[in-house]
Amino acid sequence: MARALSKSRLDTLPGRTAGQSELVDYWRLLKPNVMQLVVFTGGVGLFIAPGSLHPLLAFVAILCIAVGAGASAAINNAYDIDIDRVMVRTRLRPTASGRISPADALATGITLAIGAVTVMGLAVNWLAGTLLALTIAFYVLVYTLWLKRRTPQNIVIGGAAGAFPPMIGWAAVTGRIELMPILLFLIVFFWTPPHFWALALYRRKDYADVGVPMLPVVAGPDATRRHIFGYSLLLAVISLLPTLVGTSGWLYLAAAAALSGMLVQGAWRVLRTASDREAMRLFKFSIVYLFGLFLALVLDHAVQLWLLP
Amino acid sequence: MTSGDEQRRRLRGKNVAVGLALLALVVLFYLITMVKMGGI
Repeated sequence: MARALSKSRLDTLPGRTAGQSELVDYWRLLKPNVMQLVVFTGGVGLFIAPGSLHPLLAFVAILCIAVGAGASAAINNAYDIDIDRVMVRTRLRPTASGRISPADALATGITLAIGAVTVMGLAVNWLAGTLLALTIAFYVLVYTLWLKRRTPQNIVIGGAAGAFPPMIGWAAVTGRIELMPILLFLIVFFWTPPHFWALALYRRKDYADVGVPMLPVVAGPDATRRHIFGYSLLLAVISLLPTLVGTSGWLYLAAAAALSGMLVQGAWRVLRTASDREAMRLFKFSIVYLFGLFLALVLDHAVQLWLLP
Repeated sequence: MTSGDEQRRRLRGKNVAVGLALLALVVLFYLITMVKMGGI
């Protein structure tokens, strides 16, 4: 099912000329909603890292993370145009609707990716630049091209791409990878499966129609609900680790315990009711959960920095 | 407005945006250089 993004395919796929796309289409090509979350988690990694970074270089680091995420999205849009055209959720994407050709999307993505990695390496440090390159490569090569259409574990393994930004933010300040950024990586990594599976439960017909082997399509809704609950429990435990290993304080622990309790409760409701509406509610809450958890890290760090002697 | 005019308007808009983006990059690289040299 997976196939190379050959030149002939780029040429044969219908798409209007570049002159018929609007600037806003290129903005949408970068999936700004996904970018928001990546910028936020990357920014939190940067903010709570020990040490200091010149504000301009911190801005550059965040900008590079954002552009790198946008580049990945553009390449993903170019490759997935065939399935995006069919799925209700994605059929209005600029490539799927023909406003940007796959070749233009690919060129935009590759240009932005090279630019973001180069600037990150030269202006900030090469560990952050290398991690950014790894993130983009992982999302494009491992998730989009390899796993997405082959295995129901696609978003489990592919989720690593979305988990790197806090580590990149941390590395931008410290030039090192330590225990805390690894914990942040694990939090986002274990958050991704229940987040996407909740959406996939709601949209399983869409995925089945285009032959993407998401877990609800391959293993069925009941098995997916059990997986969501299991991963939510695991995530709840992992979310407490930053305080248990002594890198965050009690404020974070209280927020993580409360948010994780709500997440597990939501996953339990999905399991017990077998309702797609509950799955959609869990999907929406999972976004609030991750924002809340990382916001708690910031507040906890701010309290430790400024309020405590 | 004809479709040709519309297309020209869109292309001009994109050209202006690319020009502004390049200008922003020049300013950004100048500021990064100043910071790296310890001037800011």
